[in-house]
Amino acid sequence: MESATLLHTIWFALIAILWIGYFVLDGFDLGVGTLIRFIGTDDLRRRVMINTIGPVWDGNEVWLLVAGGATFAAFPLWYATMFSGYYLALFVLLLALILRGVAFEYRGKKDSARWRSNWDWAIFTGSVLPAVLFGVAFGNIVSGSQIQPTESGSGFVGAGALNYTGTPLLSLLGPFPLLLGAMTLLVFTTHGAIFLMLKTSGEVRQAARRVAQRLGLVAAMVSVAALLWAQAFSGRVAVTLPIVLVAATTWVISWLMVVRGRDGWAFTLSSVTIALSVAALFIGLFPRVMPSSIDTAYDLTVMNASSSPYTLTVMTVVAVVMTPIVLAYQGWTYWVFRKRLSTSIIPAPSVTGRADDRFAGSAEPAPRSG
Amino acid sequence: MEALDLARWQFAVTTVYHFLFVPLTLGTVWFVAGFQTAWVRTGDVRYLKLTKFFGKLFLINFAMGVVTGIVQEFQFGMNWADYSRFVGDVFGAPLAMEGLLAFFLESTFLGLWIFGWDRLPARLHLGTIYAAAFGTMFSAYFILAANAWMQHPVGFDLDPTTGRAVLTDIGAVLFQNTAVIAFLHTMAASFLVSGTAVAAVGVAFLMKERQVEIFRPAVMAGAVVTLVAGALVAVTGDMDAKIMVQQQPMKMAAAEGLYQTTADAPFSVLSIGDLSGTQATRVIEIPGLLSWLSTGSFGSQVQGIDNLQAQYAADPQYSALPGGDDYIPYVPVAYWGFRLMIGLGMIAAAWAIWTLWRYRRGRNPLSGRVFRVISYVIVLGPLMAMSAGWIFTEMGRQPWIVFGQQKTAAAVSSSVSSGEVLVSLIGFTLVYAALAVVEVALLLRYIKQGAPEQVSTEPYDRNSSADTDKQLEFAY
Repeated sequence: MESATLLHTIWFALIAILWIGYFVLDGFDLGVGTLIRFIGTDDLRRRVMINTIGPVWDGNEVWLLVAGGATFAAFPLWYATMFSGYYLALFVLLLALILRGVAFEYRGKKDSARWRSNWDWAIFTGSVLPAVLFGVAFGNIVSGSQIQPTESGSGFVGAGALNYTGTPLLSLLGPFPLLLGAMTLLVFTTHGAIFLMLKTSGEVRQAARRVAQRLGLVAAMVSVAALLWAQAFSGRVAVTLPIVLVAATTWVISWLMVVRGRDGWAFTLSSVTIALSVAALFIGLFPRVMPSSIDTAYDLTVMNASSSPYTLTVMTVVAVVMTPIVLAYQGWTYWVFRKRLSTSIIPAPSVTGRADDRFAGSAEPAPRSG
Repeated sequence: MEALDLARWQFAVTTVYHFLFVPLTLGTVWFVAGFQTAWVRTGDVRYLKLTKFFGKLFLINFAMGVVTGIVQEFQFGMNWADYSRFVGDVFGAPLAMEGLLAFFLESTFLGLWIFGWDRLPARLHLGTIYAAAFGTMFSAYFILAANAWMQHPVGFDLDPTTGRAVLTDIGAVLFQNTAVIAFLHTMAASFLVSGTAVAAVGVAFLMKERQVEIFRPAVMAGAVVTLVAGALVAVTGDMDAKIMVQQQPMKMAAAEGLYQTTADAPFSVLSIGDLSGTQATRVIEIPGLLSWLSTGSFGSQVQGIDNLQAQYAADPQYSALPGGDDYIPYVPVAYWGFRLMIGLGMIAAAWAIWTLWRYRRGRNPLSGRVFRVISYVIVLGPLMAMSAGWIFTEMGRQPWIVFGQQKTAAAVSSSVSSGEVLVSLIGFTLVYAALAVVEVALLLRYIKQGAPEQVSTEPYDRNSSADTDKQLEFAY
């Protein structure tokens, strides 16, 4: 069997990096969206929360699209088997992301408590479901799915005929994937709470800090369990186990930073923890991309699932040129919007453009202290 | 229904929806940028009000374009797994580039534009909407290049062992004339529909004598853009048709309902009867025009459906490919799709001429019921034209998903059952329909409210990023 070339390895790493970028960035968006129903006890608080991620959530979500597109370009057989195999789960994920995406923009467009409440549910559902489903998806990838050769309508043979043959949804909800789903939900929510600590002041920040403190411990326990279990599927435990242990450490230190109110450090370390955890999963997976739980001969690997060296080279050039540029201007965005938000600086909803407008239900909020 | 048919319906529904919102995004973003530029350069607050007004409408629409776009990125793998395996080496690259070069740009800078009024100096803030506009345009280019490769595959080889397409020349894929012309034609059409929308909204205000001094420039700008775009659509459409005659002659023959190869072929403006059979009564024809449109010279031969079918069915390479031996697309859709695209698009240009004439030299006539009613609905013309165009070009390519290389029937995901596709088809259709209703309701609501009476003309304060007590200029 051929072994992984340098190009294969580079692209496997790049896809891992894209997923890391997505989970670190949209991870806190999903966390903030989940916390809407918990920390967001009134409309003003919810608006503070939404506006912390308002300028950045869309750019963060793009990392998911690029991860998908890059998978299509570099490992088309992985893209095809995974996306068709996990069909219904992805369908639910897409509906959730659609609802969340529209909700941010449409929520403030009508001055009605019921209107806002509906969109808040859309934000909540559109954040919780993806947070869980990503964990479930990666749990299935890492532990292996029921993949085997099937009749190909196009007459493909070999790796081109490897398809998912499990049941549409139920086979994907095994104990390990569910545990990983619980982990991603808890970690992203905590990460979101820490982001809120960093981006707000006053009552929202206090509430976020309480959540981060309590949830951080639960997240730690679930994550340790999940990532230790993941070692059973790792192809190189000698490498991935130390990484997991470092990740556990950075999470604990992040938690301590939360306790001490060191927001910047807490957020940096929660980001590092997510990065290390995802890295550990990918490193343990390599050189496979979609292991088969039926027979290792049916594994999709970086070798049998990939595009040609020409395509991988072209894409490497594009990625090497574009990624630093993207990181630069996305990073700049966070600098532009570095100001901490509080309930007192959120303007009255600009539902209409008229100065003489009469709001039925939403009076100009009285200035709050902090 | 079989999984294949359900998957085709789903792709059609999701793509048509996506492409209702996207052309408005592609064109309107440049209007917003233009109005904001006029504001920055002249200081005339009317332009700032126009920027905020159309900016709000733009964002309401943009949200739908984005979320329906996420589905597109995933749908190739979900429903068309064998297509993805076959073309991934070639098709995947422009899609990944679209993400890296276009999506990041438009999403990041739009966020900066929406929230950055008080955080960025005026010129830099202006730059953000331009960056977003370019992002949307790059996005259109890459996806149209990918689609162009489906229409006319170039720059690749077939791998004999795996049977998959292998990229050999990225330049050929990205810059073939099919791609370039499709991009120009689509951008022109986007300006056609957006110009119509902007002008029509402005007309609604002018006819009610509301905020006339604000919306007059919008009417004129919109109408002029519509006219110019209409001319460019026609020119690029002609170029596209000539390319299509060379690259997919069956599509052109179906668009004409031309069954027999004919020299000096007439252009059928209207044809009735059994278009999917072999007889059609041609009611209105223009002699010789089809030959001229197809090749640039009168009297030239245009290939007919039956001749092409016989030719393709006899080709061993085509027969060897799974998916059957019927190479005739569904002719009525091709025929009517082509005509609706042209007719409905040109109606907008005609309306634009009328509008420019009506409001020339500062006039503002308030009467004219016919004009008013037409203006309320005119944007539907080019909007439906865009759908007609896409339905025509995609259904006209059938049975091929990649012309000459892979048939649609062989491309569908074999591991996805018809039950699963039915669930997603119903789900997407219902959710998209509901959200579209919401979007239109919001657009109408915000149009009715009119341009903002008051706008803050100097929102930027270099300390505002640090000052934690200063209210935000804008917040969700």
